[in-house]
Amino acid sequence: MAARAVARIGADPVELIAFYILAAIVTISAVSVIAAKNPVHSVLWLILAFFTSAGLLVLIGAEFLAMLLVVVYVGAVAVLFLFVVMMLDVDFVELKQGFLSYLPFGALMGIAFIAEIALATFARGDTADNFNPYPGAETNAEAIGQVMYTDYLLLFQLSGLILLVAMIGAIVLTLRHRPHVKRQNIAKQTARRRKDATRQLDVKSGEGL
Amino acid sequence: MSAFIQEHGLLFGWLTVIGQILLFTIVLLLSLAFLLLMDRKVWAAVMMRKGPNVVGPFGLMQSFADFGKFLLKEIIIPAGANKTVFLLAPILSLTLAFASWAVIPVAPGWVVSDLNVGILYLFAVSSLGVYGIIMGGWASNSKYPFLGSLRSAAQMVSYEVSIGFIIITVILLVGSMNLSEIVDNQSGGFWTWHVFSFNHILLFPVMVVMFVMFFVSALAETNRPPFDLPEAESELVAGYQVEYSSTPYLLFMIGEYLNIVLMCSMMVILFMGGWHGPIAFGEDFIANFPQWLVNLGHLAWFMAKVVFCFFLFALVKAVVPRYRYDQLMRLGWKIFLPTSLVAVFIVAGYVVYMGVQS
Repeated sequence: MAARAVARIGADPVELIAFYILAAIVTISAVSVIAAKNPVHSVLWLILAFFTSAGLLVLIGAEFLAMLLVVVYVGAVAVLFLFVVMMLDVDFVELKQGFLSYLPFGALMGIAFIAEIALATFARGDTADNFNPYPGAETNAEAIGQVMYTDYLLLFQLSGLILLVAMIGAIVLTLRHRPHVKRQNIAKQTARRRKDATRQLDVKSGEGL
Repeated sequence: MSAFIQEHGLLFGWLTVIGQILLFTIVLLLSLAFLLLMDRKVWAAVMMRKGPNVVGPFGLMQSFADFGKFLLKEIIIPAGANKTVFLLAPILSLTLAFASWAVIPVAPGWVVSDLNVGILYLFAVSSLGVYGIIMGGWASNSKYPFLGSLRSAAQMVSYEVSIGFIIITVILLVGSMNLSEIVDNQSGGFWTWHVFSFNHILLFPVMVVMFVMFFVSALAETNRPPFDLPEAESELVAGYQVEYSSTPYLLFMIGEYLNIVLMCSMMVILFMGGWHGPIAFGEDFIANFPQWLVNLGHLAWFMAKVVFCFFLFALVKAVVPRYRYDQLMRLGWKIFLPTSLVAVFIVAGYVVYMGVQS
């Protein structure tokens, strides 16, 4: 069962049905992301869209990519989205007012995006090969590993370094050491023993300390 | 699964798969009823109480009585609640808890779907579990559930990171993300189990620490004591599920306990040799028996180990006092994350320079 079979959408009627169901769900949830009045509902629809696209990736055989999509985007990024959106005190009426003025820009961006994808797809003639999830490798994970850790190792490490610099930058920008603030020293706390903190006295009755 | 369907025809293949799923569900729910009782009994025993002992002999039917009570009570939905999300949250929790079990191999070949990226699938689905809690807390439209869900989300996201790194150490040792292959890598007695990994003696100290860290992270991930801050009865009354009653609450609880059992079986599969017994003997003798009989023996070992892990979970609940929230975060980010990261480096170096994999 673990053996690989090259999956091409359309080879199997079950896969075709699954593709149409998943594609429909992705489209509906993507539309709902922008149509939903409540921002929290928007994020929930976005999560559904992410999750269903992971399903589509599984269908073309890119299972590693699909799992990563779920772990990274659904499991971590969308949780942060949801966090922020839930904390916001949004006035829905005010939110709706700007809709028409932003519509042209939104539409323009959408059209540009579709045009770019179409351009990229038509520029490469053999479309079936463009979506090959594991070119020249046994599995999807191996193919990605080959590209990232062998073919483009230096570029990959460079991008990692850039991310590290960005992270350090964010920490440095937000780190403030305020003086006169008592801080917790965990090592000092746990190293504290009874004899450091208490002493036994022999108090005579009626005298006190 | 798809290979199986191609071999046996579409209809028969699908029916078999659905049958397997149903079997898994029923067995899981039934064993959950008794594991819940065990949890309470262990807790009671530590406190020198008797625990539930009225319904049925030794209180064995207690979980079923509770089940009936939950089903028959009225479902109360708060007036200010977001009704759809409020009801969706427990359903999502339960569905995700069941979905993870699709890739758990309980005996050689006895698994619903033997995915190549099985461990990644488990990780992905368990990382979704946080949504049930966030949605439940937010949709209740009430302060305590909301605070509880925020705490829980932060906690689960934090400990997921270290769990991920711990899983990577095991993946590095095995060289595969397929759960059956991870288990097969530990065949041949307890000294090859990843907890001990005596066959790679240099890694022994690393893997023991990884096992303990996985156990503690699993406690935090499933919101079990001593990390049950999302529920913290003394501060938040019951956290994200304050507003839930009746069946939705039951769904939440079943989902929670299923996740605990799932974490136990992950511990068993990743570190404790899965379905393999502690001592491998008489391989030739066993080969005489039919495969299903041998598999039943393997299943028994698997279940015994899972129950042992669950016993540890129950024991920890009774023995250890609750962590403070800042201590919890410190443990996750400042201790577990660097330690597991260093362990990944050590194991990777060992694998490369000592030639573990072919």
